[in-house]
Parts: sequence; C-alpha cells; structure tokens
Amino acid sequence: MGKLEKNKFKRREFIRLAASAVAVGSSVSCGKVVSSWRALTADEADTLASLCDQIIPEDQDPGAVSAGVVNYIDVQLSSRLKRMKKVYRGGLAQFNNLSFERYGKRFANLSDQQQIEFLTAIDGAKTSTDASLHKFFRIVVEHTMQGFYGDPRHGGNRNRASWAMLKLEYPPIRGRFHEDASVTKKSSVS
Amino acid sequence: MAPKKVNAVVIGAGAGGGIVAKELAEAGLAVLLLERGKWNTPFDDLKDDLRNQRVSVLGAPFGPDDERNPRVVVDALGQERIVVPSDGDYNNNAACVGGGTVSYGAMAWRFMEQDFRMRSTYGTVEGSTLDDWPISYQDLEPYYEKAEWEIGVSGDDSNNIFRAPRKRSLPMPPLPPNREYTILKPAAQRLSLHPFDIPMLRNSVPYGGRAPCMRCRWCVGFACEVNAKNGTHNTVIPKALATGNCELKTDCMTKEILTDSTGHVTGVAYFDEHDHLNEQAADIVVVSCGANESARLLLNSKSRLFPNGLGNRYDWVGRNLQGHAYTGAFGLFDFEVYDDVGPGASIAICDFNHGNPGLIGGGLLANEFIRLPIEFVGQHPSAVRGWGREHKDFMRQWFKRSVGVMGPVQEMPVFDARVQLDPVVKDHWGIPVCRFSGGRHTNDIHVAEYLSSKAEEWLREAGAIKSWRNLPGIGLSGGQHQAGTCRMGNDPKTSVVNKICQVHDVDNLFVIDASVHVTNGGFNPVLTIMANAYRASDMLVRNWKGTKFR
Repeated sequence: MGKLEKNKFKRREFIRLAASAVAVGSSVSCGKVVSSWRALTADEADTLASLCDQIIPEDQDPGAVSAGVVNYIDVQLSSRLKRMKKVYRGGLAQFNNLSFERYGKRFANLSDQQQIEFLTAIDGAKTSTDASLHKFFRIVVEHTMQGFYGDPRHGGNRNRASWAMLKLEYPPIRGRFHEDASVTKKSSVS
Repeated sequence: MAPKKVNAVVIGAGAGGGIVAKELAEAGLAVLLLERGKWNTPFDDLKDDLRNQRVSVLGAPFGPDDERNPRVVVDALGQERIVVPSDGDYNNNAACVGGGTVSYGAMAWRFMEQDFRMRSTYGTVEGSTLDDWPISYQDLEPYYEKAEWEIGVSGDDSNNIFRAPRKRSLPMPPLPPNREYTILKPAAQRLSLHPFDIPMLRNSVPYGGRAPCMRCRWCVGFACEVNAKNGTHNTVIPKALATGNCELKTDCMTKEILTDSTGHVTGVAYFDEHDHLNEQAADIVVVSCGANESARLLLNSKSRLFPNGLGNRYDWVGRNLQGHAYTGAFGLFDFEVYDDVGPGASIAICDFNHGNPGLIGGGLLANEFIRLPIEFVGQHPSAVRGWGREHKDFMRQWFKRSVGVMGPVQEMPVFDARVQLDPVVKDHWGIPVCRFSGGRHTNDIHVAEYLSSKAEEWLREAGAIKSWRNLPGIGLSGGQHQAGTCRMGNDPKTSVVNKICQVHDVDNLFVIDASVHVTNGGFNPVLTIMANAYRASDMLVRNWKGTKFR
C-alpha cells in the first residue's frame, strides 16, 4: 500500500509540475491553470490518470501512468481519435459526479480501496446511472491496454515497459533457425 | 487525348486480379490493371502493433483510408451506422497492390472434394442457399498445383489422410517446427488425430528469387520485411509487368462498368490519383475487387438495359456474403511454450472438416499465429477480470505459457446476408458505398461449439492445465475471407456468373475472385481464389483466341 500511495503522489506531483511549468512559461490571463496536455485539461488528466492506474496498477512493474498511458490517450485524442474527445470530456466529468455523490470526493481523491470498489460496481453495471459509465469505462480500458502494450511510437509503453514486463526481448533476435541445420523437423520431433 | 483501347481491364490487383493480369498479359492481351490502393514495399512496413491488418485501432495501413471510404452496417436490431476501415465491423480486406496477400498469414489450403459438393453431401439446409459448385475439385486440381508452384508454397500435408488427391507435392519443405508444434503433434497422435505441417505461401528456402522466412514476431497482419511471404505483389504482378503487355495504375478508383445499347461492355470509368474521371475502352472487363467491392461495382453499374446493376437481373448480386466464423480454444501450460519464432502457426488437423456427427460441414484446426502482447490482452477465461491487478498478474503469468488452437467454420450461405448500395452515404468520389445487413446461420454456431470442444481436448491432451473456448457471435462475416456475393452456377436465375466466371447475360464481363465461391470451405480461401483465377484465365484466353468476345 505504501508503495502505491507513493507512486500516486509521484504521479500527481508530476502532473502538477507539468501544468505549472506551462503556466509559468505562458501569460495566464484568466487565472486558470493551463493544461500541459494536448486534448485534456489538467483536471481531466488527473482523473484519467487515477483511472488508468487502477486498470493497470503499478507494482513490481510499471503501471499505466508511469508507462505513459495518459500521454498515449492524450496524443490520440488530439489526432487519430479526435472524435472521442467529447466522449472523454463527458465521461470523466460523469465519473467525478458519481464519485462525489457516493463518497463526497473526486475520483482521484478516493482511497485505493474505494476506487476499486467504485470501478467494480461500474464494471458489473447493467442498468441505471452506472450503465452509461460502464460503456465509457470499457473504452478507457481498451485505450489503456493499447497505450500500455502497444508500440512506444504512439506515446505510451514508455521504455517498452510492458514488453520488458513480459520478458519479450527488444530488439528481437532475428534469423534464428533460419539456416540452422541442427534444428530440423526430423531431429526434434519423432 | 482519349486513352487507347486495351483488350482487358482488370479491376483490383489482389489474389485474383493479379493472376488474371499476368495470365492475360502472357497470352498477348493488352491489359490495364487498375488498383485503388498503393504499391507498398517491404521497406514501408512499420511493424506497428496498433496499426496493422489484425489490430487496426490506429488505422488500416494496407488501405483503404478512413477519410475517403465509409460504409454502412445494419445490425441485428436494424440499427444502422457509418463505419470506417479501421473499425472492426467494416469487413475490411486490404486495398493495395497484392490485396490481402501482402499482410495475410498465408495459409495455402486446397479445399476438399466435399467442399465443392456441399448440397450433394449434406442435402438442402433450411435457411440456407447451400448448393454445389458447378465445377469439381478435379477441375481445379491442376490449377491448385500451378498456384502452389508459381506463387510458392511450403509445408507437408502428406500426413493429412483427409486431403483431396494431389498429383504433385509442394515445392518447398515446411519450416522447422516451433515449440508449440513439438507439444501439439504427439498430443494429436495420442488422440488418433492426423497432424501435419500447414501449407503456407511462405518461403522456407530461397524460392522465386527471394529469401526464406527469418521467423520474426511480426507476421500475420504485417508485410514481410524480407519479402519471404508470397503474394501476387511479389510474384505474378511483376511478371505481368515484365511482359510489356500490362500497365498497372494505382490510386485509381473505378466508378462503373460501361455498356452500350446492345448490353455489351465497352470499358470502365475510373477516378485517377488526381480524382479526374477517365474512361477506358476495353474488349473485356474483369472484376476482381473482393466479394464486397465486386458486388458494389456491379450494383453501381446501372444503365437502361441493366437498371439494377450488371449481372443482377434476378437480384443475386451481393447476396450470400460469407466469410468464416472463427472458433477454437486457448490453453495455459505450466511451462513456457512461447519461443518468439514466427510465423507461429505450424501444425493443423483436418479430422473435423467433414463427417461430424449430426452437423453440416466443419473446419480445420491449427495452432494460432505468433501473438503480440496487445493481441493477448483479450484472451482470458471469463472468470478472470480484464483489468486491475488480476489482469496484470494474468499477463505476466500466462503470456508465454499459452497456446491457441483455432479454425474457420465452413459457413452456410444465407440469402439475406448481403451487400447492397447505401441509398444515402457516398464515398469521397460520390459513389454509393457498401451497406451490410444479415447474419450467420445457426449451423455455424453449432459447428463452432463442436470444433472448439475438439480444440480444447487437443490442448488438454497436450498438457494444458487450464483452458477455455472461444465461440463466434451471430454477426455477418465479410472481412478478410469475404466470399459468395457473385455466385458461380449453371442457372442464371440462381447465380451471377457461369462456370467460366462470365456474367450470365454479359459475354465480355467476368468476375474472378472469391465473390464466385458458392461455399467457402472450412479453410482460408486464398489458394482456391488463386487456383480459380488461373482456371478462369485459362478459359478466358482460350475463348479469346477463338471469338475475342465480339
């Protein structure tokens, strides 16, 4: 638990710093925190980060956030998946609304256990309020998997974290067996 | 300046069209080969986990592009929605020179004798237009051989006692076995099954002037980096061009087939890469766009004599769309079975293609192609949660200890599983797009249940400590194995083309691709598409020399 809390802190600290770095560098006229993200606001990124880190939590291997999944989703929402931007905007707001209703806190501020409990309810939901969130949650799960296991060139899977976790060599060894006479059909299988 | 008349326009440079272009060009006909996509080279291949023919969430790199090529899908509840090529239910095959053969897994199956006589074998089936082909396996046999040797197939099916007779063995030996092969083979033998090396359109030794497979991880869904995967793009199409009789034009979208007042085809109208509309006069036109787009093109070619499109006098164009319901099982082992050696798929059985108790048809079973992590994410027993700690533990524990055995169920053709023209939605060029509706026959699901249970037994015998079955849904399957929409038959009232693939009421118009398949076998269909393209081209050239179709 201690490690998880620490990571959570690190992540939020990272987001806060990232946001303020931009704020310092630009002229902030309306007093709002300017987002350092492409498609997401700082608040949205914060909620999304908590969500992603429950989908693939940090343990002995990197979790979704430290592997850059929020960055992946942000990149895609500002390019390839632009049409999903509204879905995310609405979905993340709804997540926080329901979280407030049930726990009096934003999703990101819930305890680890509360977050899991909350997501488990949504994941199993078939009816009522939770049902529309269920659909959104499935989308986030799908995108989180893409960001975590997909090619790093798209902004996620930082340092090929997931491939290292699965002990999948990169770059792969190519050309083995290719002309290796010792490995033939006859010798290895009767 | 009006372009000069050619003898033949072939539309679509995929598995069928590539072969037709080469055969006609070698016979001395002046051929124009039109392809709506591009000519990719192995050097364009980016080995992108999220952007390939299997996982296209960030785009379909082998075409067509999302921006210009919408389609409409009507679901079981009658809800319709617009889809783009990177969407799962677009029913996409590639749009590029080589078509699906650039990125396919390259299994090279001959259909079995019964696959051409499904109605004679099983009788009529309620809710299905199941029928025999007007040709037999024996008619295709010499052309199967030609495809195996000209395009290049490796493998060894001599242990497959169910296969139809072949005159000549395959030109290349199988690749050395991977670890899954060494586990699955003895298990199949213990179950008294008949395992053998999958025939593949892939070089296991240098062949056709190209290198053998280097066994990499990026196989099915990707273009081959060392050009060891054999498709029409690296075999027959270069040969067609080398004759000097064939011109290939890429980025050309065919709008319609043109006819004169006597009902004779005079040529085609197509948009070139600059979106200029061109007319090309031709003696004959060959449609090889794949089952979805071939039907669409015929339906879009309307005139006074053909108010419902060409070949569509009896409303059969676009119907009987079929692909394959994929089914099988996954097993988890208490030791590592992943060896990082492509193509992965290596061993198959045909014990359950026919003769299954109380069932119509069946399908082959084979181990799956090598999996990238993103492709394993959805593979878990339903009791395992697909997110959270449970998911992560599952991936870590089982990614390298899992084996999948899957197979294509021979689908029962359904009259209402179809491609139509959408009345509203048009593509970038203003051409009405494909509109899909209908679904699978219930028999497909029964066969899938049986086949998946056999897959599971095989995995358990091989030592799987946990296993689960994968069953298909009832939705339409017109993706990579799309077939059936321009049925071949002797009766013009219940088919679109005759047995030489000539449209019944238009002498100089041909459809040569999987559209003409009456049934699609319990096999990946590409070698049958190729064999039939060689056969139909042979007939076409013979007729050309006699009549010139005038």
